[in-house]
This record gives sequence, structure tokens and C-alpha cells, in this order.
Amino acid sequence: MSERLYAIAIEVNGTKRTGQVTARTSLVDWLREHLNLTGTHVGCEHGICGACSVMLDGAPVRSCLMYAVQADGHRVTTVEGLARPDGQLSVLQDSFCEAHGLQCGYCTPGMLIAAQALLDENPRPSEHEIRDAIGGNLCRCTGYQQIVEAIELAARRMAGEAE
Amino acid sequence: MSTPQTSPYGFRYIGAKRRTKEHPRFVTGRGRYAADIALPGLKHVALVASPHASAKILSICSEAARAVPGVHYVLTGDEFCAATDSLPIGVDAPKVTRWALARERVRYAGEWVAAVVADTRALAEDAAELIEVEYEPLPHVTDAEQAIANTDTLVHPAHGSNVILHRNFVWGPVEAEFANADHRLSFRATWNRNATVPIETFAVAAQWNPATEILDIWASIQMPKYPDQAARALRLPGNAVRVHYDVDVGGSYGVKRGIKHTVLVGYLARRLGMPVRLIEDRLENMRGGDMHGPDRTFDMTAAFDGDGTIRALKIRAIDNVGAYAGRAPFQLGKPVSAICGPYAVKAVAYEPVSVMTNKTPQEAVRGFGQAPTNFALERTMDRVARHLNMDRLAVRQKNLIRKDQFPYTIPSGSTYDSGDYQTVLDKALAAIDYPALVKQRDAARENGRLAGIGISTCLEPSGGNSAFEPLLNPKNETTTWMDSCLVRIDLSGAITGIMGTSSSGQGHETLVSTVIGEVLERDPATIRVIHADSLQALPSNSPVGSRMAIMLGGAAAGAARQIKETLLAIAAHNFECEKEDLDYRDGNVNLKGVPDKMLSWDQLVEIAHRKFHAMPAGVEPGLQAKFVWEVPTGGGLPTPDGRIQIYPCYAFECHIVYVEIDPDTAQPEIKRYVCGHDCGVMINPDIVHGMTYGGIAHGIGAALYEQFTYDDNGQLTSGTFMDYLIPSAHEIPPVKIVDHCTPSPITTFGQKGSGEAGYLGAPAAVANAINDALAPLHVEVNTLPISHLAIWETIEKAKRQ
Amino acid sequence: MKSPPFEYARAASIEEACAFIAQHGDDAKLIAGGQSLVPMMAFRLLRPGWLIDIDAIPALKYVAIETDAARMGACTRQCDIQHDDVLAAAVPLLRQALAHVGHVQTRNRGTAGGSLVHADPSAELPLTAQVLEARMVLRSHSDTRTLPAASFFEGAMTTAVRPDECVVEIQWPVWREKKTGSAFTEISRRHGDFAIVAAAAQVAVDDDARCTRAAFGIGGAAPTPAAFPDLAKRLVGTRLEKETLRDVAHDAAATLEPGSDIHASAGYRRHLAGVLAARVLQSAYDAARAAR
Repeated sequence: MSERLYAIAIEVNGTKRTGQVTARTSLVDWLREHLNLTGTHVGCEHGICGACSVMLDGAPVRSCLMYAVQADGHRVTTVEGLARPDGQLSVLQDSFCEAHGLQCGYCTPGMLIAAQALLDENPRPSEHEIRDAIGGNLCRCTGYQQIVEAIELAARRMAGEAE
Repeated sequence: MSTPQTSPYGFRYIGAKRRTKEHPRFVTGRGRYAADIALPGLKHVALVASPHASAKILSICSEAARAVPGVHYVLTGDEFCAATDSLPIGVDAPKVTRWALARERVRYAGEWVAAVVADTRALAEDAAELIEVEYEPLPHVTDAEQAIANTDTLVHPAHGSNVILHRNFVWGPVEAEFANADHRLSFRATWNRNATVPIETFAVAAQWNPATEILDIWASIQMPKYPDQAARALRLPGNAVRVHYDVDVGGSYGVKRGIKHTVLVGYLARRLGMPVRLIEDRLENMRGGDMHGPDRTFDMTAAFDGDGTIRALKIRAIDNVGAYAGRAPFQLGKPVSAICGPYAVKAVAYEPVSVMTNKTPQEAVRGFGQAPTNFALERTMDRVARHLNMDRLAVRQKNLIRKDQFPYTIPSGSTYDSGDYQTVLDKALAAIDYPALVKQRDAARENGRLAGIGISTCLEPSGGNSAFEPLLNPKNETTTWMDSCLVRIDLSGAITGIMGTSSSGQGHETLVSTVIGEVLERDPATIRVIHADSLQALPSNSPVGSRMAIMLGGAAAGAARQIKETLLAIAAHNFECEKEDLDYRDGNVNLKGVPDKMLSWDQLVEIAHRKFHAMPAGVEPGLQAKFVWEVPTGGGLPTPDGRIQIYPCYAFECHIVYVEIDPDTAQPEIKRYVCGHDCGVMINPDIVHGMTYGGIAHGIGAALYEQFTYDDNGQLTSGTFMDYLIPSAHEIPPVKIVDHCTPSPITTFGQKGSGEAGYLGAPAAVANAINDALAPLHVEVNTLPISHLAIWETIEKAKRQ
Repeated sequence: MKSPPFEYARAASIEEACAFIAQHGDDAKLIAGGQSLVPMMAFRLLRPGWLIDIDAIPALKYVAIETDAARMGACTRQCDIQHDDVLAAAVPLLRQALAHVGHVQTRNRGTAGGSLVHADPSAELPLTAQVLEARMVLRSHSDTRTLPAASFFEGAMTTAVRPDECVVEIQWPVWREKKTGSAFTEISRRHGDFAIVAAAAQVAVDDDARCTRAAFGIGGAAPTPAAFPDLAKRLVGTRLEKETLRDVAHDAAATLEPGSDIHASAGYRRHLAGVLAARVLQSAYDAARAAR
């Protein structure tokens, strides 16, 4: 007995992607295994660590807590979709490099998604607001400090106050 | 904190702000982790785990699982243990055998009993549920002291005891110092089980090529001698296993040592002729991934005088290593390297006891046993201060080794290379404005809060030398602990540095390129660094024991210096002069004082690669150089009375932390945090600071949040991220790091290690702060983690007194 | 940690959803945000044969503020509740509670109805529902009924919702007293975790600062979040003097039979229940006095 497959069509990083998936295929597994978008990482698969964060219709969600069929008809942005159209690093990505806001890089895609969503809504967040926005993304390397600094730097740069 | 754009040490690149080479691929989602390796026809493994802490396996029925469409194989311990060899064990206990799959008996809840291979992981999990294992439960023991006492409940009956290591070291005139001291005190400090728990679980993929007879392995590994151990267990020659070290590792901090996973997957790949992958899910990782850290009880006894001078220490450390032992017992050995911390203590008695129980096996965790030891030492310092009614700073200042005493040899035989502990402490005290902080605490207390300041002054032994191996196991005469680098200049003049291990966030590509760039005076941004596979790589012992800045950095410098010498030799030959008559600048060489008489980098490279007629005699053509070196000060065996130089370098850190506790809810809050840090010359300050911030966060986790808890049935009760509490950005406060640089006299550029920084002093400082907060109630807590519940119970105890 | 296999259907309307669950009975589970359901399926603690997705039903996503109640569709997202200023003015406790619920990512998916039906004893929205005496409207293919919170929550992770029923609406009572204040607090090991103990209160006062109406409750200290309407009545007519407050909070805590786990003992939970109940009542009272 083989599992039933469901046809899905999801706009991923601006491109319509279609596929046939089992109902139980999580969104993150579909992105990684079917679309080969391996930038989104799996950390706990039970909705705590935030490594799998993607944007769904512009808002950050945990892609391990969603089945791909649930995202049918929606819009998904992954870390691969954050760079500028010409492939240059976004201000946020570049700020993470500048402020050393990462080490092993494993939580980084989820952090970037959470941070980008914050800055989209709140261009000048306070430190507390930054910590709240990334409070659902666990990092074991950085102690969060340089991540907070990277997001602060990105906000200043976007406001034209820093190089 | 901001890093200077130019080197504060007078170097060209070392110490200056430099972006890392690794970050761009990570921020774009182009890292290449083990779980990202796509192999055509890849099959997936799921595991059946023991529900019992201890049981006999009576039967395993896997027919229903094998019948599931898409399932390729079910492997059990009978086949696996017959076809592969037991994993090596560090201490002398040959009867303590260990395979990835249990045979006949399970020894902890979560131990793997069967492995299913299927087209997808989901199908493999479905099939795993259909495997019926019949068990006969046996008595179990999870407490180390009970395991010592209860000789009827043996985890490995063939070993004859649950104790796998028990030594008694006496360094210096311990009894005489105790007899002559004004005061003595004893207490118990307990460090419960936690681990670094990286966000990436362990993952490994393997593929057997029957044509070349090579087993290719991609794994999220950080482990010395990994290819060798895998090959041996698989009964393959070492040159039949090729580990791909260009895999990015999603954090490790010691624990990514999935050797059992690797042997399992390697065996399956070869047995089935299919590429096979195992990615631990979080439940497997927490229960059966064998990555728990030290689980340790210290009985501390100190002898000291009325002025605060610590004369001698007696330390008994019982460590619960769980059901099997690899290198875990050695985590009692590394602390011998800094057994008295940064203090001038004349004599130490140390009794390490390593005990097997029916818990998940212990693996190396950041600091390799030093963080728990530092916690016990720093609790001792505070208790001595309280006993004498002395200031805690004064007691530390009384005992800190002075700058003019270096190099300083401690009773257990290690010589500390350099340090200026008092200055670092003073800088940290100034940074936090200590007198104002004391006022803040006292004001908070007057307002009814419980408020406390914690201080710790700790060492990070660095330069990873495994001299504790022969110390704890006389049959093990391993004294070599080398690392290496190959530097190659190709015909285009481009530089490539080749290293032989994987990285898990330490920025080794940045390290190597910075060092090579420094020596050759070439822009590090143009230098490529690659991770050779294990068949092509020079020897490495992997990034353990805070060693890579020293060992890989030193190797890269050594190789680059050979290149530079070759370039000078070529120029000298062509200018018909001595090397001493030449100037080397930016890779170009000219006759001193004669700028016209110059051979450029490109010309020198051209000669080396194409113009043998212009090469000096005896110089190898083609520009490449390897450098393999042994740990400085390493290579010796212990003396009969157990003295040995273990690690070469000693970084110092002091932590000052301010905590307030809500007396009604027992909720703690860290309100201020300053860390003074001296790891010598920082090759990349951003990287050093980053690891230190991370180590502090990890230490706060160990102090307040993280514990692998077990219930009476021997079941892990914190096996998910809902119950194993990794602190978030809410729990970790902003931290201020204050740098100081006392160069190491024995390393290439004066660098020391820093990979364990922060973690080695944070748990002690936080525990001391909580205890300072509780001091007005005349109660204390010496068991980590100090949960809300533990604080509440301690406050309640005070109310009852 | 892959979910066991199941079949999936997306319902276009409430009627269609009700027809699905009537057809499949116990074998079907409704999914909206899935923030509680999906982890349980990943752990294989739940294995429904069908998941009926009600997240796209427009009739389940609305907020309507009326004189006596704020009505919301069951699939209203937690983030939308949190950011709705009009709703926050009418039922301020909701926003205060949501500040403690999960994280940005989970609030962006999680729904009000989902949290209530999941009925975790320490969850914030069930406690809020108990304290405010919210009413849940349940629909089946044949029937509609409305349950007050007190009879909706039956035990830990257990509600009175039948397998053929779907929560379609939640009605949050709006207090019409001008001077009303509310407060929510909790103790958890980490921010965003389920509470060890949570407490919520709403208080109205007259111009003389005397309490005219009060409600409070405690979560995490019993199989269901507990409200204390009878004890709250003792506060009416008082200025929540210290002793009164302490006694009421103490009596509330004394009725609870908390459980023990690795994070907290029963004794600690009971202690926290008393402390936090007094705190939220005081804060709500202070807010009420300061209102207007």
C-alpha cells in the first residue's frame, strides 16, 4: 500500500514550484529534499529551536510545524531568497558577516529569517525587541550577543546611519 | 565589542578586524552540512531503541518490518557485532565492549537495538515501529555512588565492577600542609549532566565503491582518529576509508563523535551496496546519541591559613560515565593539567573515580571536564572566604599566581606558560565598576530582593595534548598529538592552505589564511583554505582541547615559513648572494638596498614551477611545504608519582556577574555580566570574542537551566527541547568582554587557545552569585543546575531553620 | 521524528469540515495552525487517519467587538489577536496573555481555537478563557451548542468537544465597567515556555477605588486552568487590602492539587499560585484605579 500523493503548488523565493508529496511531508523536508533548498535547517522537528524558520506569506513560521500540503497556494521565502536580485548579500546578511553574528552557521538561516521579518515591520528595533524577535531561535555558538549586534548594525545601515 | 581595524600587536593581519572566509556561504544558505549531501539512491536509517534501562534481549522479530514496501534491511546486534569490532576504549578495561547495536543485553534506555534501512526516513520509522523486541528487564542503577556500592547490579558483568577508573594521586606534601594549616573545610559540589547539545544533530552518510574498494564518509564529525577508528571497527585497512572533511559541522563543542553511528552506517552501506544515511532525530540524539557530558560529584577539602592562603586541596571526583566508556573517563584527566586553578597551591591530592551506570554514555564536552572542576574550585574559594569572613576577592588575590612567578609549575607537573591574572581581574573589576556594583547589590537587598555578585577566576588549559591518556592508562603510551598544514603556491601564484580536519564554527579557514598571509605578507582574502579528505590530508588530531589556534595556526605558520625560505633561496641563488643579503616584502624579494634588483612573487613562482635551470641545487621544485608538529612541551610520559606536563598553554578568564532573585517566586535574573579574558595574542578577535560569548551562554545554561534528568526507572526525562532547556536570547544577558594580552612564550605568535573560553568560568561565577544572593539567609546551594525549584527549596529551607 | 502516514483534506467551509469529521469520526483530527498538533504527531503520540485543514475557511477568521463580548473565529491567529488594538481595548487580558505565548513564529501560525482545544493545563489562552468566562461555540454537522469555559475544559489536554464537533467561535466577555484593569503573569524556566504557574486577573473599581467586580484564575497548578469566581466575590466592596488579597490568594492556592515534574514540585507550584494570584489581582486593581 503506497501513500497517497497530493499535488501542491507553492511560490518559493518568487518562483512557483510544484510537486507531489505525501500528506506527512513537512514543509522543511519538502524544501530540502524535493527542492534541494538545503539552506533551511532541521534542528529539533518539534518546534522549539527555530532553525527551520521560513517566511510564509511574509511572516516567519517554523517549517517543521507545517506539512507541505498546508502551504499549498502560499508564498514561502527561505534563506536562499534573502539576497538581492543580483546575488549580492542583503544588508542583513552582510551585517551578520561584518558583526560576526554567526559561527557554525547552522542556526543562521533561521536567525536571518526572524531578523529580516523583524526589520520589515520595525526598522529601528530596540535591543529588547531584537531579543524578543529571535527569542524562538536557539543558537549554541554565539550567546546571541553578536547576532543582536548584527541586527542593530543592519538597522543602522538601512537607516543610512552606518556603512 | 568592536575590534580594532589594525593589529594591536604590530602584526599585519593577526589581531586586526577581518571578516571570516566562512560566513558568506552560511548567510546565503550555501553551507554544506552532512544532511545536505545528496547521493543518488540514498537510503535512510531509523533505529529501534531500548525502552528499558537494563534488560536481556530475548528475541527480536523483524518480519513485519522487512515486509514493508520500501524497506531494504533490518540489522540487529547479532549480525552487526559478529561482523564488526568493538569500539576502542581509552582506559584499561578490555571487557567493556561497545557496538552501535546491542547484542543480548541493553544497558540504558534509548540504546539502539535494531536499525532499519528504507527508501525514506518516514518509511524507516514506520517499519521500526513494527519490530517486536522481547525483553527481560534486569535491575538497573543510575546513581554513581550506588553503582560503586551495589556490586550485584553490574552494567558490564564481565568487567567485574562498575568502576572503570579509580586512581589516587598525591602531589606534594598534602598531609603535612593539612596538619600545619590553621583551618580546614569540606563540602560536596555536584555538577549534574548536561552537554553542549548542538542545534545540528549528528549525521553521517556512507557509500561503498566496490570498484575502488573505498568507503566514502560524510559526517558532522569533530573527533581525533575518527577515520582510523572507523576503519578498524569495520575491519578495513585505513586506506579504504575516506572521510570528507569539507563537510560543515553545525556546532559540536566536543560532542560530535558519532563513531558508533559511522560504523553502523558504513557497515550497512557496504553490506547493501547502497549509499546509506543516518541523521539522528532529536529524540535519538538526546537519548541514544551518546553525547552527554560530565555527571560529577566533588568532595572538596581545603586546608588554609587565617590570612586566606590555601595550603593544600583534597579532591575526590566521582564521575558517572553511563553505560559505555570511550574517552569519557579521560575527562577526569584533563583537569590534572590545572588541578589547582590559577592559584599557588603547594599540594594537591586527587582521587578520580569513573563509574558506569545505566545512563546514556558520556562523551567529550567543551572543556573536557575542566568546567566542572573549575566550578568546584571556585565554590571552594568562596567557602574559604566565608569561613574566614574575608572578602572573596581578597582570598583570590592572596592565592593567584603572580605575574613574576611564570613559568609556574603546579604540583601535578604542568608548567603554566604565562599570565597576569591580577591585571585581568583588575580590568574586569574596573569595567563593571565593582564598588558601584556592590552598592547596587546592597541597595537591592534593602529593597527586599535577594541580590548577589559572583566572581570566578579560572584557567583554560589549551593546546590539546592527550598526556592524560598515559597518566590514566599506563598501557596507553600515546604521547604524539600532532597537527599539520600543507601550503601550496600554484603556477598562477595563488596560495592554498590545506588542513586535515573538519570545522564546526571555529573559523579555521580564516585562521589558516590569516596566518599564511601574515608570514608570506600576502592578502589573506586571496588565500584559499581547503579541508582535505582523510586519504589526502596530513595528520590532524581535530579541533579538541582548545588547540587549533596554537596547533593548526602553528603548523600553517611553519609551512608558510618554509615557503618563504624557499623563495629566499631561489632569489639568493639568482642574485648570487646569501639569504641574509635579501629583503622579503609582500612576497617580492630584493637585494638589500638595491630596489632594482628584485624578483617578484610571480617571477619566483615561475622559477619554482618552470625554470629548473634557475633553481638552487637541492631545492625541491614546485612550491609546496608541509609542516607537522607536536604539541609544544608535549611528548613526555608521566613520572612514576604521576606528574606530567599536559597542556602547553593556559588562558585566564575572570567572570563578574550580578544576579537578582525574586524572593517570592525564586526567579533569578542575571543583570550584569563582565568577563575579563587573556588568551594571549588573538589571531581573529571577533572569532575569539564570539566563542567566549557562546561559552558564557553555554555556562549559564549549565548553571541554571540544562540537565539530563532521569527518573527512578532509569528513563531520561528531559529528552526533548521542551524539557532540556537551552537558554534563548531572553535568558542570556548582554555580556561585556575585557581583553588583556599576555603572549604565550611557547607558541608561534603568542597565541593561546580559546575554544572553551567562557564556559570554563561562567558556571562557577553564576553559582557564586546565586550563593551570594542567598548568603543573607545563611543557606547555600552547591548543585548545578540551580533551577527555580532548587532556589525555592533553598529559600524554604532557610525559613525552616 | 516523521509523522505517521495520514490523509489530508482542506475544508472550504465550516459545513464541509463538519461533514468530514462526521464521516471519519475519531479517525479525523482538525488542524488549523498545527502548532500543538504537529509536534504530537512528530512524536507519534497521535496518529489520526485524516487531518482536516480548517485554516483556509474564511468564516473562521474574524474579530467582531460587540457590547458584551468580543467574538472571534476559532482560526483567528494569535499574532492577529496580539496586534489588534481595538480588541486589546475591549479585552486587554488577551494581549497580556499572548505576550507569554510561544514565540513570534508560533504565534504567526497558532490560533485561538487551537490553543483552547489543545487544553494544555499551563497554557495562557485557556486560563484567560476560564478567568473571563469565555464561551465557545461548537458546530457539528447536525448541531450548534455553546459551552462556557467552566464546562469546556474537562481535564489535562481534554475538552468537552466531541469528535464530530468543531469550535467555530470564541466569545470573550467585555466588561462594561469604565474603570477596569487586568493583569497576566507567569513563571516559566525560559521565556516562551509553557508556564510552571500562570495567573490572570481582571478587576473593576468604582470612583471610590472599591472593587465592584473581580475575576482571577491560575494555570499550571491543576489539570485544567482554574478560575475562582466565589473567592473573587470576596474582593467586591474592598480596596483589595493586603490581608484580604493575601487570604484570597492563599485560599485559591489551597484548593489546587498541582502535579510535580522535573521543573517544579507540587509545593513550589502551590506556593507560586498564591504569590502570582495576589500579584495579578494587585496589578489589575492598580490598573483599574488608574483607568481613565
